[in-house]
Amino acid sequence: MNLEFTPKEQAFRAEVREFLRSKLPASIRDKVLAGRELSRDDYVLWQRLMHERGWGGMSWPKSVGGVEWNAIEQYIFEEESSRAGAPRLIPFGIKMVAPVLIAFGTPAQQQRFLPDISSGAAWWCQGYSEPGSGSDLASLRTRAVLEGNEYIVNGQKTWNTLGQFADWIFCLVRTDTKSKPQAGISFLLIDMKSPGITVRPIALLDGGHEVNEIWFENVRVPVENRIGEENRGWTYAKFLLGHERTGIAGVGISKRELERLKHIAREQRGEGGRPLIEDALFAARIARVELDLRALEITNLRVLSAEGVERAPGPNASILKIKGSEILQTISELMMRAAGPWALPFRREAMEAGWQVDPARDGATPEYAATVMSTYLNLRKLSIFGGTNEIQKNIVAQMLGL
Amino acid sequence: MDFELSEEQRQLKETLAGFLAREFPFERLKALKRSGEARDEKLWRGLVELGVPALLVPGEAGGLGFGPVETLALMEACGPSLLLEPVFASAVLATALLSELAGEPSVDRLLAELASGARIATLAHFEPESRFELEAVQARAHEDAGGWRIEGRKSFVLQAGMADVLIVSARLADETLGLFLVPRSAAGVKLIEYRLVDGQSAADVVLSGVQVPAAARVGAHEHASRALEAAISQALAALGAEAVAIMQSLIDATIAYLQTRQQFGQPIGRFQALQHRVADMLIQLEQARSMSVLATMSCRSPDHKERARALAGAKALIGEASRFVGQQAVQLHGGMGMTDELEVSHWFKRLTAIDLWLGDSDTHLKRYIKLMQEEAPTV
Repeated sequence: MNLEFTPKEQAFRAEVREFLRSKLPASIRDKVLAGRELSRDDYVLWQRLMHERGWGGMSWPKSVGGVEWNAIEQYIFEEESSRAGAPRLIPFGIKMVAPVLIAFGTPAQQQRFLPDISSGAAWWCQGYSEPGSGSDLASLRTRAVLEGNEYIVNGQKTWNTLGQFADWIFCLVRTDTKSKPQAGISFLLIDMKSPGITVRPIALLDGGHEVNEIWFENVRVPVENRIGEENRGWTYAKFLLGHERTGIAGVGISKRELERLKHIAREQRGEGGRPLIEDALFAARIARVELDLRALEITNLRVLSAEGVERAPGPNASILKIKGSEILQTISELMMRAAGPWALPFRREAMEAGWQVDPARDGATPEYAATVMSTYLNLRKLSIFGGTNEIQKNIVAQMLGL
Repeated sequence: MDFELSEEQRQLKETLAGFLAREFPFERLKALKRSGEARDEKLWRGLVELGVPALLVPGEAGGLGFGPVETLALMEACGPSLLLEPVFASAVLATALLSELAGEPSVDRLLAELASGARIATLAHFEPESRFELEAVQARAHEDAGGWRIEGRKSFVLQAGMADVLIVSARLADETLGLFLVPRSAAGVKLIEYRLVDGQSAADVVLSGVQVPAAARVGAHEHASRALEAAISQALAALGAEAVAIMQSLIDATIAYLQTRQQFGQPIGRFQALQHRVADMLIQLEQARSMSVLATMSCRSPDHKERARALAGAKALIGEASRFVGQQAVQLHGGMGMTDELEVSHWFKRLTAIDLWLGDSDTHLKRYIKLMQEEAPTV
């Protein structure tokens, strides 16, 4: 038993740190550390810089141009990136559709799609949920009918994240209405420029534009854009869900945000004019979430270490998702409560780059306080997306034999 | 980074767990508790033969010189059996304390006797008013006739009735802490014995004019306090490991019960409310297990503050998890969870005792908070 990283892992960490120090643009870093929104260009630039360093497909096998980082290396990368204020890598391309392409795609599909994912030239988004199919995803109804060499796709997808930026969408569509729901689904890659696609923003509680509805009206998709076999899409989707476990706990981001929370709690004054971090009740709340995070960090590393040994699916991915989301939600809630009255004036524009406190307009608002409410509201999503935490608990129970 | 036990450690754990499953089945524990007997001496002799009391004794004193990870393996193996023998009190806590003071002749002699199973020792440190606070000692030792005279009262002294030697703490004239090896049979030592909620025997030890020779004092100057703190650190990690093993047993038993108990024409494990409760129990267990690992790997860390913070954090989080898992295991067993018949209630009571021992989760959370408030800002 040993909690130290190996010398090789420590050297890798130093390499990541050096890359972040020399290549992460200050303008992007400042936005991330201040909790501001990033633009499409920010995300694309960061993916391109990763690619230029040779790290575009970090977990992919070398045979398709990846670097084959193992789970621990990916963890170290995520931790260092979060600490340094690098943007999160948009997962839909590199972490979601790419592993499916690598496992089930044809060589032609891999050659066509993977290079642009690695370089950031193509932005991918996900077409899974539908208005009537959320947790019960297999009931989805978007229909694809084969006509000659093309599928004709009709239907509606929703909760599509950042599709307004996307060049491509990977979709689950129904190709067989007669068999049981899971057996009639296919996995299609659709060009977002195809005629018949309409993207409409969904207004969210924090005022942001993060998710969309996407309408498909007689959209023609060449049959060579289908992954694997027709009606086997559910298998590929399940593979995808079980595949990406390394970032699921979000330990790196939570560690960074916890430090921000402590910073706010040192700045804000509580009873008697003393810093809020000296308030017994508030300090206990910070300590309690910090403890949970310390434990989760080790739980996460235990899971990642074990994956080298056994790959049997267990309840671990769900445990990491549940606990990771609860912790980051709690931290964002405490930041909002620490800011207290300063969290009340709602300034959506404070999420945008370049926004600064203007005393004539904003009074004595501390700069950090302007974004905490938006972030708190936005992060309620964490326990809902990617399989709600209740669905995750169903999975845990199932894995335990209940 | 490696979270596995070594081959040797794994064998130690499996050998012990197998031995206890054979020699101390649950029916034997129940019979023992009902009979009012404090222990099963034959079982202790078996543990001695397996080398349990020698595990943590340094090699120079005739032991095996094992450390925190072997302690974790030992406690995880023993935890589910709920044995009443002085494994924790003598082979872990008292031995860890004495090992910190190894090199002193009277200490080395006693360590060798503990290793061979010839004697049993227990720590008589906490007092009626101390609520497990390490520094709150009122017992006093006076220099007298070339030796020491000890006055005071110790509480919750584990397995004092079976111990040959009490390691007694007392304040000296200069208010520093002294440690004394006191034979239980010494004149002026009176035991008021009772059972704890988990069936373990314990006692208040009343010391009235107890005379011991000068050589009975061990750990001169600051050494006694430091050794005590180090031993309590190891004890905290050991209790954490024991609690984790018991929580695992409770969850396994609960799942088995939910799979077999039928109501409304189906196993009650089909009901989502109960499924989610079990998922919550498992999450708390896994988090507690992580803190047990952290505590084990920290308890000899040279960084005093980091060690104290990790151990306080572990005791706090494991205590909370223990309460939740214990209470919910009883709840999900329904009426059967309330009975003395099943292991569930016995494990629940042991977890309850572990949380209170050495200070409950709130006590340790407060320690953790204090250390967190003292840390330097990083942003």
